[in-house]
Amino acid sequence: MSWIAWKMLTGDRSKYLGIIFGVAFASLLMAHQVSIFCGIMRRTTSQIADIHEANLWVMDPKVQYVEEAAPLHDTDLHRVRGVQGVDWAVRLYKGLVRARMPDGNFRQVVLLGLDDATLVGAPVTLVKGSLADLRRPDAVVLDEAGFQYMWPGEPFTLGKTIEMNDRRAVVVGICKAGAPFQSMPIMYTRYNQAVLFAPRERKLLTFVLARSEPGVPPAEVCTRIEEQTGLKALTKDGFTWETIKYYIRFTGIPFNFGITVTLGFIVGVAIAGQTFYLFTIENLRQFGALKAMGVSNLRIVGMVLLQAALVGIIGYAIGMGLAAAFFEVTKGSVALAGFYLPWQVMVMTAVAVMLIILLASLVSIRRVLVLEPAVVFRG
Amino acid sequence: MASVATEWAVECRGVTKDFGQGEAKVQALRGVDLEVPDGEMTLLVGPSGCGKTTLISIIAGLLDPTAGEVSVLGAEYRRMSGRAKVAFRAANIGFVFQQYNLLPALSAAENAAVPLLIAGVPRREAVRRAAALLDELGLVGRGGSLPSQLSGGQQQRVAIARALVHEPRLLVCDEPTAALDAHSGRNIMELLRRIAVQPGRAVIVVTHDSRVFDFGDRIVHLSDGRVEDVEVTNHGETDA
Repeated sequence: MSWIAWKMLTGDRSKYLGIIFGVAFASLLMAHQVSIFCGIMRRTTSQIADIHEANLWVMDPKVQYVEEAAPLHDTDLHRVRGVQGVDWAVRLYKGLVRARMPDGNFRQVVLLGLDDATLVGAPVTLVKGSLADLRRPDAVVLDEAGFQYMWPGEPFTLGKTIEMNDRRAVVVGICKAGAPFQSMPIMYTRYNQAVLFAPRERKLLTFVLARSEPGVPPAEVCTRIEEQTGLKALTKDGFTWETIKYYIRFTGIPFNFGITVTLGFIVGVAIAGQTFYLFTIENLRQFGALKAMGVSNLRIVGMVLLQAALVGIIGYAIGMGLAAAFFEVTKGSVALAGFYLPWQVMVMTAVAVMLIILLASLVSIRRVLVLEPAVVFRG
Repeated sequence: MASVATEWAVECRGVTKDFGQGEAKVQALRGVDLEVPDGEMTLLVGPSGCGKTTLISIIAGLLDPTAGEVSVLGAEYRRMSGRAKVAFRAANIGFVFQQYNLLPALSAAENAAVPLLIAGVPRREAVRRAAALLDELGLVGRGGSLPSQLSGGQQQRVAIARALVHEPRLLVCDEPTAALDAHSGRNIMELLRRIAVQPGRAVIVVTHDSRVFDFGDRIVHLSDGRVEDVEVTNHGETDA
């Protein structure tokens, strides 16, 4: 009977393609939009993710997310180091600085000042130059997307000079870095260099990066730091989620993406559901004939579900293929860096498609189940 | 006189069927007593609304009577569960519908093979047997044609093949000539007599087409939900 169900489905070419289009469109819209949303959320936390060595972030108690940090006293570093369970702690400057190019153009850059001695938080992968050169005077390392923003169309070249806060900076390296929320260049330098590039403020220490001693739970060390210093301490994961939650709570991003995803779902249900229902209605006499000839209700339900599952799987595969193709094609784009199709989104979309198909087939199943086989005797 | 059948393929006793309730209640059958013999073609005739379709639906096990007893091939429907009734139909009853009800996406042979597929016969074997039967019914080389590529008469032959392919003991035909011209209608009735009517198989044909009355061994006249008259022809003797 599965074969008959398949032939019935594909026999009506226009409806078959219509249902598949509906499911594929809904899958594409949902997967694409959720992936973009996840990508944006990931970009908000890229600077936390890029620092691998530290598992604890210490900051002013009022800090809500990574982009908005009130500076600490320099002595806070030593207070953190004095907490039991802290293996090591270093300084991190993070701020927005205006960088002016020799031709007069300027760009706002994310400046990260790393601990001079250890360079904790330095980029892992350099596509050009050497991290050791960061110890040279006025040295900065720029991320590759940032280089393309600042010198569009030019090949990666070391030795480029820029001016920040009336001070000269020299690009000694080009690195890979997670794309930030706003597409700003990310510039790495030493902490003592960063405080010269940064606008004058009484306090400049943005974060203290620390690591818990082996065997001591990071969350426990956070509690100790908070108790002993009065500062806010979060694990890396904790700070990541706190930042994401901030964007979810205080921006319209999730709401607007949510609307698009919901619309995708509704369009999927509307197109796929209605077309599938029409397909069933037009085949009611055939289903009635099959019932009269001795096909049980259970097998009829099985046939309808199989038809629904087939269009669901094909439509989902097409939708996922198109979404994956989009991210594959755009992966080289600087503006779209960091966006991809996570497997979790594929699973979520599959569940949504199953729901669409289930809703679509439930109405059809009901019609088929209440169908009197005697209908076939009515001309 | 017609040959006397000693075994009834179908027996109806006091069968009534009501549709609706209260003031909207319609009595489609008002106490039908009917016997359908084995090995003969029985025609159910009468004007529109006399209860022919309701009666044939009850005999085929597609509708439950409001009251009365129906025994088909020695089995009583009221003693059967819904599932048993479905299985009984699949094994013992063949259907020919007025509108053919062929699956448009399946070829003629595949359509004719449907009852075998329902019975679980492998597809290749089922289609082979169906194609052989189509050849017997005069559709040589048309097994691969879609219903839309066949004439009305040819489609009805496919429907007859579908009704007979699993060798049922009861064949139920609903207005098999209604959608056909006179010539095609006679051809179909001749085909039914030649192929379908056999010892061990009863054929019931619902029709209001008086041009085909002479094909029946027995003509049951229905009127206003009752059997008005049973006319036994000498067709069976002539054939014999």
